[in-house]
Amino acid sequence: MAQPFDYAPAPESRSVVDIRSSYGLFIGGEFVDPVAGRSFKTLNPATEEVLAEVSDADDADVDRAVGAARRAFTRVWSRMSGRDRSKYLFRIARVLQERGRELAVLESIDNGKPIKESRDVDVPLAAQWFFYYAGWADKLDYALPGRPGPPRPLGVAGQVIPWNFPLLMLAWKIAPALACGNTVVLKPAETTPLTALLFAEICQQADLPAGVVNIVTGAGATGRALVAHEDVDKVAFTGSTDVGKSIARAVAGTRKKVTLELGGKGANIVFDDAPLDEAVEGVVNGIFFNQGQVCCAGSRLLVQESVADDVLDRLKHRMATLRVGDPLDKNTDVGAINSAEQLTRIRELSASGDSEGAERWSPPCDLPAHGFWFPPTIFTGVSQAHRIAREEIFGPVLSVLTFRTPGEAVDKANNTPFGLSVGVWSDKGSRIMGAAGRLRAGVVWANTFNRFDPGSPFGGYQESGYGREGGRHGLAAYLR
Amino acid sequence: MTAPLEEPATARRVEVRKTYKLFVGGAFPRSESGRSYVVQDTAGRFLANASAASRKDARNAVQAARKAFAGWSSRTPYNRGQVLYRVAEVLEGRRAQFIDEVQRSEGVGRRQARALVNLTVDRLVWYAGWADKIGQVVGGTNPVAGPYLNFSVPEPTGVVAVLAPSGSSLLGLVSVLAPVIVTGNTVVVASSHQRPLPAITFSEVLATSDVPGGVVNVLTGPLGDTAPTLASHLDVNAVDLIGLVGDAERATELEQSAADNLKRVLRAPVREPDWARDPGLERMTAFLETKTVWHPIGV
Repeated sequence: MAQPFDYAPAPESRSVVDIRSSYGLFIGGEFVDPVAGRSFKTLNPATEEVLAEVSDADDADVDRAVGAARRAFTRVWSRMSGRDRSKYLFRIARVLQERGRELAVLESIDNGKPIKESRDVDVPLAAQWFFYYAGWADKLDYALPGRPGPPRPLGVAGQVIPWNFPLLMLAWKIAPALACGNTVVLKPAETTPLTALLFAEICQQADLPAGVVNIVTGAGATGRALVAHEDVDKVAFTGSTDVGKSIARAVAGTRKKVTLELGGKGANIVFDDAPLDEAVEGVVNGIFFNQGQVCCAGSRLLVQESVADDVLDRLKHRMATLRVGDPLDKNTDVGAINSAEQLTRIRELSASGDSEGAERWSPPCDLPAHGFWFPPTIFTGVSQAHRIAREEIFGPVLSVLTFRTPGEAVDKANNTPFGLSVGVWSDKGSRIMGAAGRLRAGVVWANTFNRFDPGSPFGGYQESGYGREGGRHGLAAYLR
Repeated sequence: MTAPLEEPATARRVEVRKTYKLFVGGAFPRSESGRSYVVQDTAGRFLANASAASRKDARNAVQAARKAFAGWSSRTPYNRGQVLYRVAEVLEGRRAQFIDEVQRSEGVGRRQARALVNLTVDRLVWYAGWADKIGQVVGGTNPVAGPYLNFSVPEPTGVVAVLAPSGSSLLGLVSVLAPVIVTGNTVVVASSHQRPLPAITFSEVLATSDVPGGVVNVLTGPLGDTAPTLASHLDVNAVDLIGLVGDAERATELEQSAADNLKRVLRAPVREPDWARDPGLERMTAFLETKTVWHPIGV
């Protein structure tokens, strides 16, 4: 049978973005060259095209940035009224909206995510995050009850963010920190520095006082230098659980406050009374949104045995309609994997699924010849002991397990050292509330998945980290 | 009518002394190691041979606390509040005994010991009342930009290891214990090494006041044996280092061990707090997780 529709290419224009050939570090309100003069390249993961040379900050650069942040904290930002801080944050929110298209295209080019996601999720949410926390800056006295005195900022925050939502994670980190009166040194991920560097220009456009936001680019060594810097009062990290543990060790014995938002192995539980098409849509969103490179991804499907065959059929049917390819194409559902390194990890863990006896399935799809790609994939016949049921793959790979009773579903969902997110699909209210109460995870999405909002606290139990981002809970991390 | 009892006037009565043991899983076992250590009063006089808990005792205590967690955390907050209030009632009835014990352990005068015991009872009553209120104060609904009901609730972190304050043997102990369990956590307490006796006597209060076995487990003995096991144990979710005031080196080591499974760590302050002050919420919120639930709104 012929395809009823054939999609013509619908690429978003790149002309809105102006990528420079090289970028300095953003310290004290201006772009400066790194002390040692080293740099690295950032690629377009969909094509492997080199996008720009980016500065590699070393200890001396981090020291300069922390110094600039300290001066800005002492002389300007901590003395400014909450009302004025608030107005700067509102300005930033507005500039993010004004330059939304540019940010979305740049994000998709540097990260590989589909333009429809960067345009409809990452950028609008980033703007909303600033708008939300802007309103808190002059209301901090009302935020957190039962504290010994008026809320005060901590000082300089060292923030290290991942490559999966580069601009959005920047917003999650910077907006509450600034609202509370802290200044920041932020290190974006080495594979996705460009929207953070564009954000630096946005700070200039907003006339944010120099040194309140500093952006240092680099890899792991830069992040370690920032976390270890003696004049950093607060460390905020989003990324892998392994790095999170090393940060927790590094700050032991110091007075630094820490929040960690780490990995997950979230389950999507589909009960037999669930609206199955909606559930399948949620499962697809849960694992293929952002190529599954999401800490709260629903990377395990727990489906009730009585509907397992039906759900799998519908899931495969739906997966066959996913369009994988050019991130800038407005019809693309699944974009590129962010880096060669990440692709290697996804391949390695998927291969363990094969060798441990699970059955792999992917819809037929033509992957581009260049760039980093992995097809949407599910594994069936997965046991709880399999690596693909235990370890975070951080890719478009779903492990399918079954259960018979609600109790078994909850036990299996909880059988992980993580505890970030869970999805529950059922038409029965008492079943949803019962499961939601027993699931040990920071976010429970019932009959929905991957919803985010600045007013909604987000963060994990157990080895998914500690502290919450979002809502008034997110303020606690930046106040003493 | 029977004649009033008369004690022999000849000699002072020989008192029946208590064997101080551990409190694990609702029972009072000796240390599996068979070891004990001498506890003295502040003047150096012998008080008792307390059990020297081993690493194995610490692991047993964690196991008991884990076993008790599901039941205790799923009690209604109202019920947990009543159980804590019951602890206060039973303690109230044994005030005289605790005044003696605190006086001997801490070397304070009678008046001071009485004040400390009274404050301890009142602290328990204060925390008991929090059981069914903390959720409203730190949780709530969240106004999100979409057709969703979104709410956040606090939930207990799990099994918490507490290194009890080294100085304040009863008020300090209860001030760190009550906020942990009132929200549904279970706990393993390594009591003050120098002043462990009030902790064990307090365990007798717990054992007779409807606290399920395993919710509170009390170890006595050198911290060098128990604390590293608790801080590195993969089935412990959080650790309170308050007992390590002034011992920065050991506190750092334990915080590093705690990172192995990302335990929540409540660090030791520079000096032991004034336990008579309003405790605030921090000792409860340090061992709470925030769970946020979303559901679509439609018709």
